[in-house]
Amino acid sequence: MWDYTEKVKDHFMNPRNVGVIENADGIGEVGSLACGDALKLTFKLGNDEKISEAKFQTFGCASAIASSSALTEIIKGMSLEDAAKITNEDIADYLGGLPKEKMHCSVLGRDALEKAISYYKGETFQKKEGEVVCECFGVTDIEIQRAVTENQLSSIEDVTDFVKAGGGCGKCHERIQEIIDTVQGKVIPEKKTVPKMTVIQKIRLIEEVLEKEIKPTLKKDGGNIDLIDVDGNTVLVKLRGACANCRTSQVTIKNFIETKIQELVSPDLSVKEVDTDENRIC
Amino acid sequence: MKIVYVDNNATTKVDPEVLEEMLPYFSEFYGNPSSMHSFGGETGKKIKEAREKVAGLIHAQPEEIIFTSCGTESDNTAILSALKTNPGKKHIITSRVEHPAVKNLCKNLSENGYRVTFVPVDEKGRLDLDMLLGSVTDDTAIVSIMWANNETGVVFPIEEIAENLAEKKVIFHTDAVQAVGKIHIDLSKTKIDMLALSGHKLHAPKGVGALYVRKGTRFSPFLNGGHQEKGRRGGTENVASIVGLGKACELARTYIEKENTEVSALRDKLERELLKKIPLSIVNGETINRLPGTTNISFEYIEGEAILLMMNELGICASSGSACTSGSLEPSHVLRAMGVPYTAAHGSIRFSLGRYNTESDVDYIIDKLPPIIQKLREMSPFWQNRDRK
Repeated sequence: MWDYTEKVKDHFMNPRNVGVIENADGIGEVGSLACGDALKLTFKLGNDEKISEAKFQTFGCASAIASSSALTEIIKGMSLEDAAKITNEDIADYLGGLPKEKMHCSVLGRDALEKAISYYKGETFQKKEGEVVCECFGVTDIEIQRAVTENQLSSIEDVTDFVKAGGGCGKCHERIQEIIDTVQGKVIPEKKTVPKMTVIQKIRLIEEVLEKEIKPTLKKDGGNIDLIDVDGNTVLVKLRGACANCRTSQVTIKNFIETKIQELVSPDLSVKEVDTDENRIC
Repeated sequence: MKIVYVDNNATTKVDPEVLEEMLPYFSEFYGNPSSMHSFGGETGKKIKEAREKVAGLIHAQPEEIIFTSCGTESDNTAILSALKTNPGKKHIITSRVEHPAVKNLCKNLSENGYRVTFVPVDEKGRLDLDMLLGSVTDDTAIVSIMWANNETGVVFPIEEIAENLAEKKVIFHTDAVQAVGKIHIDLSKTKIDMLALSGHKLHAPKGVGALYVRKGTRFSPFLNGGHQEKGRRGGTENVASIVGLGKACELARTYIEKENTEVSALRDKLERELLKKIPLSIVNGETINRLPGTTNISFEYIEGEAILLMMNELGICASSGSACTSGSLEPSHVLRAMGVPYTAAHGSIRFSLGRYNTESDVDYIIDKLPPIIQKLREMSPFWQNRDRK
């Protein structure tokens, strides 16, 4: 049984704002019977240009119904400008969280809202073009990229939980992984490259990259790495475990460690191994 | 809160008589049946009795029964044994609607050098027998077909299949986990080579099962270890549960009549009344050859998990073939194999009744379910527009 919060249960058992508004200002319909969930959102604006009324109809599981109910409550009283900023995470947070496998229910809500706002603005909402990656659920690369970027997703499983892609036959798993890799390659430097870093910021960032990006890879081969010092733009490290005795350790340092550090911290950095006797076991 | 348990294909309540029989074998008679002292020997005798009782229910010889830890272990043992004892043969035949215990093992084997034929079913869940028999080749090591489907209750003509396969000299295993105790099984009159059964589906505890292996069938153990089960399944015997399984099988012989009269009558009433009260509800699977307590009904345009949770609030325990209940994103492989349209597959509910269900349970569901379906349909965007589709 799913571990739903009390708030999810409440919004499921006593859904707010069920129905369709006649002559609505905004209408957004997403999902399908085949996909297993679908949502129709309608809203009306008041004289103050704020959403005065919002209603929903949902076909789906308890969390889809609760997410829809939550969405209508969240947007009531909001200006369209603010409503447009609602993310799927806002919906999940409002409900005190959703099980990971059910996050796609919150994405459904966000998508319906976007579509309803486009309808109001008179824009013909068209599914953003792009290549259909998951044929089972008709999910495009653009949708996957967005979910990965907005929710910092890192695995195929995550992508399936959020946008369903990859949840059917599984043929698209390789392509999804490529998208994740591409997005992560783009996102991390954007976030991490701070033009002017203080020395402490720089050291912290180097430590973080070592912990998250480099150590896990080295550990797979029974190796490890320690940060010894940062001297100006030279990062001094020491290889441990299997890496310490590895003949290709210098290649590892230049091709892998230095490349990662340059990519994720600063292109000015170089990496050197400190010379210690301990390294010369063989 | 009143609990109405209609999920007996998932698991059943341990019969109080079974529990009573088991209790002394935890802290009173805790000896190891393999021990040389008579304290241990006593439990050995009790296991022998249990073996006789299990054999009795399915008309087998006691030495043809191997105790296991569950239905899944029995299925895995049977299939892997057939492959091991026929090392030159690389083909397996099974159906598209098997329980994961067989389905996922076969899928795994298909990725590891074996060729697997998954025989389809028609829209009523009936097996394509011509295709099944036509798929047999000299390379076929084993055919594994379930006796009765856990989701729809549809019963396959296992004796007929066994007869045909025996002529072709192919090993035939059946996963009879849902069938044992509910329909009459006489292995002395069939050509079935192996049969899996599970304790907790017939009012014994979870964690115990059995595998029938016809005398003369070549066998290779799944768990290698001590000489327990005559070297056919290593591991110290789960004495208390085996005693429980024996008792449950003894009781099942007396209750099988009730299953096929009273329980099936309750199921029929539930099905009839729900179909009458709820428009656009459809029974999945054929209703002639079907387990006595099972009915699988689709309520169109709504989703199964939502129905289950609303029933749960009223103490009604059932299951669904919807995607959201399985943790995957696609509805049940059984309903998809039958070609049940998505409008119906997502809203399917399985009610599985057992000997503890009463008329008042059924009346309670007949009273409580229609408003739930109504409420969810009023919330569904497809309900109002259904005529347009």
